[in-house]
Amino acid sequence: MLLMEKNNLTEEIEALVKFYGSNRSALLTILHEVQKKYRYVPDFAQQEIARLLDIHPVEVYSVISFYAFLNSTPKGKNIVRLCQTITCEMHGKKEIATAVERELGIKIGETTKDNKFTVEYANCLGMCDEGPAMAINDRVFTHLTPEKAINILNEIR
Amino acid sequence: MKNKIKRSGPVLFSGYNRGEAIRKVITMSREDILFNIKESRLKGRGGAGFPTSTKWMLVAAASSEEKYVICNADEGEPGTFKDRVLLVEYPEMVLDGMVVGGYTMGAKKGIIYLRGEYEYILKSLQDYIVQMRKDNLLGKNILGNEGFDFDIEIFLGSGAYVCGEETALIESLEGNRGEARNRPPFPVSTGYLGNPTSVNNVETFAAVSHIVIKGGEWYRKMGTDKSSGSKLFSISGDCERPGVYELPWGITINDVLIMVGAKNTKAVQVGGASGVCLSKDHFNRSLAYEDVSTGGSIIIFNESRNMLSVLKNFMEFFVEESCGQCTPCRIGNVKLLEGVEMLEKGEFTFSYINRLKDLGRTMQLASKCGLGQSSPNSFISILDNFKGEILNRTGGKNGN
Repeated sequence: MLLMEKNNLTEEIEALVKFYGSNRSALLTILHEVQKKYRYVPDFAQQEIARLLDIHPVEVYSVISFYAFLNSTPKGKNIVRLCQTITCEMHGKKEIATAVERELGIKIGETTKDNKFTVEYANCLGMCDEGPAMAINDRVFTHLTPEKAINILNEIR
Repeated sequence: MKNKIKRSGPVLFSGYNRGEAIRKVITMSREDILFNIKESRLKGRGGAGFPTSTKWMLVAAASSEEKYVICNADEGEPGTFKDRVLLVEYPEMVLDGMVVGGYTMGAKKGIIYLRGEYEYILKSLQDYIVQMRKDNLLGKNILGNEGFDFDIEIFLGSGAYVCGEETALIESLEGNRGEARNRPPFPVSTGYLGNPTSVNNVETFAAVSHIVIKGGEWYRKMGTDKSSGSKLFSISGDCERPGVYELPWGITINDVLIMVGAKNTKAVQVGGASGVCLSKDHFNRSLAYEDVSTGGSIIIFNESRNMLSVLKNFMEFFVEESCGQCTPCRIGNVKLLEGVEMLEKGEFTFSYINRLKDLGRTMQLASKCGLGQSSPNSFISILDNFKGEILNRTGGKNGN
């Protein structure tokens, strides 16, 4: 990371800490905000957040590693989450996963070379009456068929 | 995306004017409100079924300056989606219920813990909160009542099922890993930031809004003796009309199956992955705290489904979602999943499977929080109720 990028990141985190407070209870919200912009929480950001909240950097890493939606490694621009839980599985999750894997040329859990898509499985998205379902970033798509899922990906691409 | 409200009932999906419950409670004393909730015999709608009035009384009686009302919208149980529908369609009932809680318990702050998967609801909820502040339904001196201050903020979760457990939820709010705490102390005395805290389900707050208006006795007349009122059921799986249904407690599983258009039903999973799986001979049982208890998740399986792969899906879920803090849950779920894989391959001994069931019962006793205490339910009930299909290979498709 360039020095200038580091300085920018520090300034951004200082602004977030000023806004949300320097209490430990602000940690998850600050992590969300950093991730919203960078799509993951870089090591340097973790150190800076720790410094400003006066906790050990390992505490920050430990929290990131606990939650499925927080990342300490870079992800694609669009995070596709396929629901893998029971009713979506009953209604054709596997076929959709296969179609997505083939179309993007990656396996579930990987990121495309152009960094446009990361595909993951997610546990129950709460769309059981409308499965199969997937979420792309903060949008949810339901009643999927393999074809419909691919069309949605192509529109976003 | 449309929210399928398939059946409206007398309470949760019925007419309600925003602010109505708040206008009513400011004319009542705290004791009166608590009395009405006690009269109603309302129990927590998340699934555990703890009496709401007891929880609220304990927080109301605590002498702390700072108290919190938390709305548990971390609806992660497989097969449950009623809270999503409530928050999208009827946010006024839920948020008014929280304000009623604030008034009753003397709390000034409410927090909605919204699961990360529901981030798309965040904007509309935030807009609604802004509107409530404008109308003085939130903020300082609510509706002109000197000293009645209450405000709500929303906290977004980050994809952890275990955070639906109230102490793990509080840990998460405090900026920690969502690992359950030892209880006691309970959140009612030592909750968020060490202060008395009431954590209630989304649906519980919606029910409270109606109870304070129409009275506890009105509510108690519905349902059964031990399970009063009505309940939202999230129904999915093999049926013609999946969706959210408001039904009185005590309805039989058979009646539900007919209502939703389920045919050739082999099994019904009540209570989500952490609930129990029932075979045909249990379909005459009723949905109620005293019989088959549930937070509202009903998943229907027809004759074509392979119950062993259903069980595998559940166990994979628990292996992933166990927080790893306590050994019975962290190791136990992995062992149960391995058992399912042995069954799948046909490489098992009956005595080992029986030992795994014993392990499940140990997990129910020894796990620290509700996750590990309830994750063996599916394992035990599916192996007991679908023995023929899984262990004795007398029909059904079990992959062999």
